[in-house]
Amino acid sequence: MSILIDQNTKVIVQGITGRDGSFHAKQMLEYGTKVVGGVTPGKGGQEVNGIPVFNSVKEAKDKTGCNAAVIYVPAKFAKDAMLEDIANGIPLIICITEGVPVLDMVEVKKALSNSQCRLIGPNCPGLISPGKSKIGIMPGHIHKAGDIGVVSRSGTLTYEVVYNLTINNMGQSSCVGLGGDPIIGTRFVDVLKLFQEDPDTKAIVMVGEIGGGDEQLAAEFIKKHVTKPVVAFIAGRTAPAGKRMGHAGAIISSGDSTAEAKMQILRDAGVMVIDFPDEIPQALTASLK
Amino acid sequence: MKIHEYLARNLFAEYGIPIAEGDVSKTPEGAVAIAKKTGFPVVIKAQVLVGGRGKAGGVKVVANEADLTSEFNRIKNLNIKGYTVETLLVAKAIDIKKEYYLAVTIDNIKGDVVIIASADGGVEIEETAKTNPERIIKFYMQGVKTLDEARWAPVAAQLFSDVRLQKSCTSILQKLLKLFFEKDCSLAEINPFVITGEGNLIAADAKVIFDDNGLDRHPELLPLRDMKYEDADELEAKEKGLSFVKLEGNVGCIVNGAGLAMGTMDAVNLLGGRPANFLDVGGSSNPEKVLNALKIILRNKDIKVILINIFGGITRCDDIANGILIALKQIKIPVPLVIRLTGTNEKEAKVLLTSAGLTTFTSMRQAVTEAVKASK
Repeated sequence: MSILIDQNTKVIVQGITGRDGSFHAKQMLEYGTKVVGGVTPGKGGQEVNGIPVFNSVKEAKDKTGCNAAVIYVPAKFAKDAMLEDIANGIPLIICITEGVPVLDMVEVKKALSNSQCRLIGPNCPGLISPGKSKIGIMPGHIHKAGDIGVVSRSGTLTYEVVYNLTINNMGQSSCVGLGGDPIIGTRFVDVLKLFQEDPDTKAIVMVGEIGGGDEQLAAEFIKKHVTKPVVAFIAGRTAPAGKRMGHAGAIISSGDSTAEAKMQILRDAGVMVIDFPDEIPQALTASLK
Repeated sequence: MKIHEYLARNLFAEYGIPIAEGDVSKTPEGAVAIAKKTGFPVVIKAQVLVGGRGKAGGVKVVANEADLTSEFNRIKNLNIKGYTVETLLVAKAIDIKKEYYLAVTIDNIKGDVVIIASADGGVEIEETAKTNPERIIKFYMQGVKTLDEARWAPVAAQLFSDVRLQKSCTSILQKLLKLFFEKDCSLAEINPFVITGEGNLIAADAKVIFDDNGLDRHPELLPLRDMKYEDADELEAKEKGLSFVKLEGNVGCIVNGAGLAMGTMDAVNLLGGRPANFLDVGGSSNPEKVLNALKIILRNKDIKVILINIFGGITRCDDIANGILIALKQIKIPVPLVIRLTGTNEKEAKVLLTSAGLTTFTSMRQAVTEAVKASK
């Protein structure tokens, strides 16, 4: 089993005629993802890698019955792409695009709150359920099907973690890259909940980093609701202290967002926090005993 | 992007938010001329983009020309957290009856614009937020980009009992929100937000930060950036599509992806070394980027070794390898290179590098260990 996507997920690619969109559409197809269509306004009727291109999400949904959309459009069009998916009730939206203005995301969040849609990202690597489907930009071949759930705020660091799992013969149920932007559609808590409910996920690896308050909320959630073992790695212990944002930032976050503080909070919640990505497999073995 | 107080004040003025009369000067003569126009007493304030300016002695109220000149010169010679003072704001001193706090910002977790207000303004506002959180008003805009005053009238009503002040506050908030929305701000803050002796509301300070992702649609804001606060190497790196931050150590790092770059710095530290920089070559596969990254890193004369840690995804390892080979031909690299490549096109990359006589690692721990050893 897996969370969010599997072999039956039918995905459309927004921005499929662009450089990144066409490249990754092909990579996803090769991995076995059911890529059923692409959307680029004004380019409907064309084909990219044998995938039909439509002018709008509505048209693509009507013709293909897609239930997921992945966005590779430039930052200035990303808001409209997300809003179009939400308006058309696409249940799962993955936005890879980097550099989306924060106020655009406020609008998107508002639209999401009035819908049944889930957004992953923006500025994220996407997600994969190994052996079934990958939607995003991660290298498929480093993954392996199994029962470890991985959730992360980072891209390449997640690959590092997954690679260490795979070479130690620990497959993954699903790996979800949440994205590095301040406002994102899906957070640690949401994915932890899904992994906790997924009967085929036995343990969870979370990869966090300095800044923000997500790991703290995750720790609170784990303490109350997660019975499966959780192993965490937090990046950024040597990163220079973040630049301050007036007083308002401190008033809003009202907590210590250093890597060390996050590690301690997670430890206090019963999470096994490790120092080096290659220590994860051992920590998982120990916690699964 | 942060801007100086006087530029934020200009924006406030443009949007109709009341500020004290004044201007900036680089010389005491200029300051005196401004003070003669506004009338004494005046407040003079160092224009620096770091916090704690007041505590460092960078703000002073002066009552006459002689004091203005001597205090101006004193502040001009201050070094505030590593920054010299070039410009001072000279503004008519406000007769402060009471200090409040008013700001508009983003609550990331809620994904919403939030108004923050308090009847306890001033430098201790963060302390108040911790010890007396009930004294901080947070009002969420619920994702609505409206300028309808009725919406946030409750904020003003909580701050002030006087109806005239409520109205004035509501109107100032509208202007602050308009500025926030129109310029893609991540913060617009008035602290202190003051009632004057005459009973009027005025912004006694101005702080505005813009969302970097929003700058593309605001070319008019770019000249407001103070280049003095930007590291030249960091700016050059940015222009070349790299993300670079200089640190104190001697192990140069070239990594793809910000998370792995931080993870690599942590690993160097954990295994007993000291990272010299954060450098993320980004997601694309351009060999040129490796050359540029090496050039920037090698300007740091403390460097003893360069660790290249690549996990290929979108980035292809063979492109990185080609970049390394191009760099070896074009520039002199006087320190050892420790190269770790895993992921997309790893085999091709290893063939390229091995035939050029370079050793590569597959394991991050091995590579970091080797780099730390070479740095001693």
